[in-house]
Amino acid sequence: MEASKPAPFQFVSRGPISRALEREGTLAFWLLAPTLLILTVFIAYPFVLGVWLSLSNSTVGEPGHFIGLANFYKIFADSIFRTAAYNTFVYTAITTVFKLALGLWLALLLNRHFRGKSWVRAFILLPFIIPTVLSTLAWKWMFDPTFSVFNWLFWKLHIINSRINWLGDPDLAMGSIMIVNVWRGVPFYAISLLAGLQTINPDLHEAAAIDGANRFQRFWYVTWPLLLPVTMVVVLFSVIQTFADFQLVYVLTGGGPANATHLFATYAYQIGIGTGLLSEGAAISLAMFPALLLVVVFQLWYIRKVENR
Amino acid sequence: MARFTRRKFLKASGAGLAGILASHQAPVFAQQSTVHWIKWNDFVPASDELLRKTMLPEAMKALGIKINLETVNGNDLQPRVTSAIQSGSGPDVFMLFNNHPHIYSASSVDVSDVAEAVAKAQGGYYNVAKANTMDGKKVLSVPWAVIGAMIAYRKSWFEEVGFSEFPETWEQYHDAGKKLKAKGRPLGQTLGHTFGDAPTFSYPYLWSWGGKEVDEKGKVVLDSKETLESMKFMQSFWKDAFDEGGLAWDDTNNNRAFLSGTIAATLNGASIYIESLRKPDQYKTEKGAPMKDDIRHSPLPRGPKGQFGFHLFQSHMVMRYSKNQKAAKEFLGWIHTPANYEKWFVSQKGYSTPPTAQWEKHKMWDEDPVMAPFKIAGRLGLSPGYAGPPNRKSAEVLTKYIITDMYAKGVQGMAPQEAVKWAAGEVSQIYSGS
Repeated sequence: MEASKPAPFQFVSRGPISRALEREGTLAFWLLAPTLLILTVFIAYPFVLGVWLSLSNSTVGEPGHFIGLANFYKIFADSIFRTAAYNTFVYTAITTVFKLALGLWLALLLNRHFRGKSWVRAFILLPFIIPTVLSTLAWKWMFDPTFSVFNWLFWKLHIINSRINWLGDPDLAMGSIMIVNVWRGVPFYAISLLAGLQTINPDLHEAAAIDGANRFQRFWYVTWPLLLPVTMVVVLFSVIQTFADFQLVYVLTGGGPANATHLFATYAYQIGIGTGLLSEGAAISLAMFPALLLVVVFQLWYIRKVENR
Repeated sequence: MARFTRRKFLKASGAGLAGILASHQAPVFAQQSTVHWIKWNDFVPASDELLRKTMLPEAMKALGIKINLETVNGNDLQPRVTSAIQSGSGPDVFMLFNNHPHIYSASSVDVSDVAEAVAKAQGGYYNVAKANTMDGKKVLSVPWAVIGAMIAYRKSWFEEVGFSEFPETWEQYHDAGKKLKAKGRPLGQTLGHTFGDAPTFSYPYLWSWGGKEVDEKGKVVLDSKETLESMKFMQSFWKDAFDEGGLAWDDTNNNRAFLSGTIAATLNGASIYIESLRKPDQYKTEKGAPMKDDIRHSPLPRGPKGQFGFHLFQSHMVMRYSKNQKAAKEFLGWIHTPANYEKWFVSQKGYSTPPTAQWEKHKMWDEDPVMAPFKIAGRLGLSPGYAGPPNRKSAEVLTKYIITDMYAKGVQGMAPQEAVKWAAGEVSQIYSGS
């Protein structure tokens, strides 16, 4: 068969659109437009609406009008809000420390070679994969005041002789929701940190070992500094999620007993949706914002600093 | 099997569309009103089945409309109504609890025509129904039923500690509970954040001591000698007589605890007894007899200032955004005619008490003496915010669980004065707001 000749190159006259798209700036704009649209519709608009709501006296079915910062004055004078704010900080701080420590430990273990490694890695992710509401319902049964399996076990092992009131005692209830949060959050830390660990060149460890560094020194001077940027990103995501946690508390305690476990999100829900005070609910949600913003700014700054080192 | 090809589809739809365009009118079937009705999942499943299989088909035939019934968990009704109102679309008829109609008053259609007809024909509404659904300007929703909250108790266990009749006063109940708890059979009561069993206990308990959130004029009077007395009594009562796990219970925990034989008495709807009737072989007493024969019901005991009740109250709101308001009202009118409502009421076997007085005379109440106390639930019941006028402030106090939490704080060891002061502060703040 005869090879077909290439068609002679022709200059095609272009339309105004094609010409406009040849300019880098215009093309960039159009390529970014879909993302921009999505961000505007799903992030910016709800956020602005949230800010507007918090500055109005809108309730369910009534649009309301601008009232300035009155909602914020009201919530800061509200003792339940102060409890919820305190709870949120304590909850986030304590669970983050435990999640990081246990996650890092697990990641270091999983980074070793052993039989069935890939199976174990897959199973580790289970708490993270199961829908939170489902797994939390299972925990609710385990903490049940009457039928708790923990109480049964401790009682059989002669550790206790009266029931532990897991979700009924204010401090224990807070402890219980923290346990569930840590259980659910550790896999995310472990797998992300494991990915970070695997990017560290083994030669560095070898070189350090030859120089006489012991296990701890190798971790502290080689692994940790190289893992730090990944760790900061993981902590950043985790703090944001934990700070705005809702499902877990809603299912386990509904914020009770006597508001001992209310967080920002559950209290905002109770006020906004339960009571129909949309504006006040929005104000409670927005009260999270400055704290989260600080966390994000600090961590991003830190990551940039580490990366530029 | 007949194949429906793309060609056929285009032909059919093209012709149909051309017809619609030519006549400027949608086909008749699309004009038939569809009423979307949302209510809770009934704790008596047979009633929902009756609605779906028999009553709604009858209604559709009688009224020439289509009715979609959707049932959801009781706790999910509020999120649904909020999002429906905000988005301006959703079910046409909403079931609401307690005084919630006041929260959504701006989004409701006046249903006074429907409600007045029912009241006139059926002996008039109980006060609780009026307070929850009427704001003086319009009728916000059509009263549907009262879910009576009574103490379900184990007759034989109370007899064993010397109470052949159920205790009439809080002191007697304390005494009985103390003896029962000593035998490992405590009383059960939730003081947690849950919509039903927690407030239906804490409110009437407060009222029976003379404590009130506000007086008749709406002035906050919670911080009173009476409230303090109720709190002091509650602290020892709780420690001596109750299962202390109750602080974490939701509306289902006490059902399970009672049916498994770990508690001697608990305030509840009739669902414990009805469940024991349904499964006599599964729920047995320690002696192996069916538990149903050992269950009795009683109203809450009397306090120094009388005997009170607060029962879960249900009503149906026709939504202002609805495009089928007329059909929705017709449907509510239809289902509330005595002949139709009776079918549903009988299927409830006493779990629900109708909101009008005439039904107290119904022969259904004679069928099972154990259910008889529920007959007057509507008569004894008050609405949250008593003794003040009904409004959305009391609904806010209710949804924030302030009265329940006041007692929860007290039994957790907070000083009585401090717990009362805290609650009074919260209530004042709510009533002082705009």
